[in-house]
Amino acid sequence: MNDERLRRADREGASATRLELVSTAALRQTMAAYYRSLGDAAERKTAPVAWCSSVGPAELLRALGFAVHFPENHAAMLGAARTANRYLPLAHAQGYSQDVCSYLTSDIGAHLAGETPLTAFGLKSTPRADVLVFNTNQCRDVRDWFEWYGRTWGVPVVGISSPRSIGDVLENDVDAVARQIESLVPALEQAAGTRLDDARLAAALGASRECSRLWQACLNTAARRPAPFTFFDGTVHMGPAVVLRGADEAAAYYRILLSELEQRVREGVAAVPGESLRLYWDGMPIWGRLRALSTTFAEFRTAVVASTYCNSWVLADLDPADPFRSIARASLELFIARSEEPKQRYLERMIDCYEVDGVVFHDCRTCPNNSNTRYGMPQRLTERLGIPTLVLDGDVNDLRCFSDEQARTNIEGFVEQLADARAASHQAARP
Amino acid sequence: MSCFAGIDSGSWNTKTVVIDADGRVLGSAVVRSGADLAAAADRTFADALAKAGVASHEVSAIWATGFGRNSVAFAHGSRTELDCHGRGAAFYVKGPLVVIDIGGQDAKVIRLDAGGQRVSHRMNRKCAAGTGSFLDEIALRLGIGIGELDRLAAQSGEDVELSSFCTVFAGTELLTHIRAGKRPADLAKAAYRSLVKRVLAMDVFQGRVVATGGVVAFHPTMVKLLEAELRNPVIVPPHPQEMGAFGAALAARDGAASVGPA
Repeated sequence: MNDERLRRADREGASATRLELVSTAALRQTMAAYYRSLGDAAERKTAPVAWCSSVGPAELLRALGFAVHFPENHAAMLGAARTANRYLPLAHAQGYSQDVCSYLTSDIGAHLAGETPLTAFGLKSTPRADVLVFNTNQCRDVRDWFEWYGRTWGVPVVGISSPRSIGDVLENDVDAVARQIESLVPALEQAAGTRLDDARLAAALGASRECSRLWQACLNTAARRPAPFTFFDGTVHMGPAVVLRGADEAAAYYRILLSELEQRVREGVAAVPGESLRLYWDGMPIWGRLRALSTTFAEFRTAVVASTYCNSWVLADLDPADPFRSIARASLELFIARSEEPKQRYLERMIDCYEVDGVVFHDCRTCPNNSNTRYGMPQRLTERLGIPTLVLDGDVNDLRCFSDEQARTNIEGFVEQLADARAASHQAARP
Repeated sequence: MSCFAGIDSGSWNTKTVVIDADGRVLGSAVVRSGADLAAAADRTFADALAKAGVASHEVSAIWATGFGRNSVAFAHGSRTELDCHGRGAAFYVKGPLVVIDIGGQDAKVIRLDAGGQRVSHRMNRKCAAGTGSFLDEIALRLGIGIGELDRLAAQSGEDVELSSFCTVFAGTELLTHIRAGKRPADLAKAAYRSLVKRVLAMDVFQGRVVATGGVVAFHPTMVKLLEAELRNPVIVPPHPQEMGAFGAALAARDGAASVGPA
């Protein structure tokens, strides 16, 4: 019944919105169960609570029995709910600049206001941490963010000071990061009140690797024409890959999603009805405008089929047989930790794999580390591949840095350019 | 006679141009956009028709552009101002070329290839520096009308630098210069130089450069400074303020595909 509905909508091309995935119901259940269990840990003390930066050593924390809270996920919820701008000034007044990460400032601001979207899942407040664990492979801000909470609650803050902007990942770097991860264990064991069990760590890594494999397979379906899945779907459906690393529930969800996406591929169902153009998104999502942007692209029959962001939770290097070094390698192989040259190689591969007509770069005002527009990348890609690029100015959470009208004109102008170029090339190809 | 019209619903002004099948301008009109964009479009369309001596039933197609393009209910199609400024400029100047359009609220740099096909565009960030609003702010600080700024700048004898990125900071920097005894004429010219530098930082300029937009139409000093910085002539086509509307009229004539929502 649902398939028939999807096929009909695709044929008619009537809707200017993406087709909702049926799996979304299972996603909601999976995420709600995670939040409730986090609430139980924090408020009924069923487990110790660790905070972890998005690409921190989550598997190690899971193996030690922590309930793991990911504050970047929490901040993204504030952005998506468009409440972030209420909280930002509270953190700015504490001396945290308007120019630093608006995840950090909105999250701290929400804490100061005593508010959280997690109340929808029965939590009274953001879960209080027993320990906070950062990895600076993505930016320094996660450390500053966690240290604010560490000072506020008087709890330990530990982490990894990672090499950044690295070219090829060298064994020396892997060794150095692996040693740092191992050195966290005593402090984490103390906070957890238990000893690290090698078998549990291997199991957590196995679960994450399986989750990565399945998430990657879901993302890869968008290489097909028409794409059954878009970047905008990915920003929602990546939830389990972010917050349930090291837990079997993530892989269980992605089996459901992958099955639906493969069915869409078999039946030729497009996520964007009438898909005409295909784009790649680089940079952070603009959480408070995801729906609006998704609708705008869909109105122009343009599918944003892939992104660096959603692919950043594919941690293919995790290996239960070599836990510390593989966690280290996975954290260093990430796009965000790399220098311009490997980043460019990665983007070139993605452009080729997903057969996109153009690339949209989001220049995120408060996230310089994930804005790949500032050292000539769009120009180099256009020069090397002839691929058109568009830069949208905005921010991950601070909507004061985003202009709806300007973004719409930029997007529509870009679509016009790509459509005109395609029409001209078809005309030139006619005998 | 078969005629075509383009309406550019801009942030400050709404412009209409009526053309014949050869692209000759038969009439044009400019009115303040104000808060009622639809009413401004109605008014400017009626004015342009009257000036062209054309009845509305003689207009075969009307296309809209500008940020208010979707508010022009009687338009048959729309293209962005990025397309229309490029299309209009390419009518007068053979590509490859770079079009600089400076409007009240935004600045655009549009690159066209030899066939007049758009290959890229850049818009200013969410900031008034580098746009007509910047000049308005400076005129206000100098206590003169915007219409006097260009005449004042023409009397400048000394180069003064306005280095601030931000329009508000540039305003306070201006006050510092006034306290230091700098002449208003030199400060007026400094404002144009600052605007030019902001625009030139948006892209690399090679080949022919065409300038359009209301700022270009009414501030020839800015064009001279642009030429000095580029060390190349800058082409200002006819009716630069109405170039977007002219491009929309050409799109109407050519039956360009409208990519906007149905």
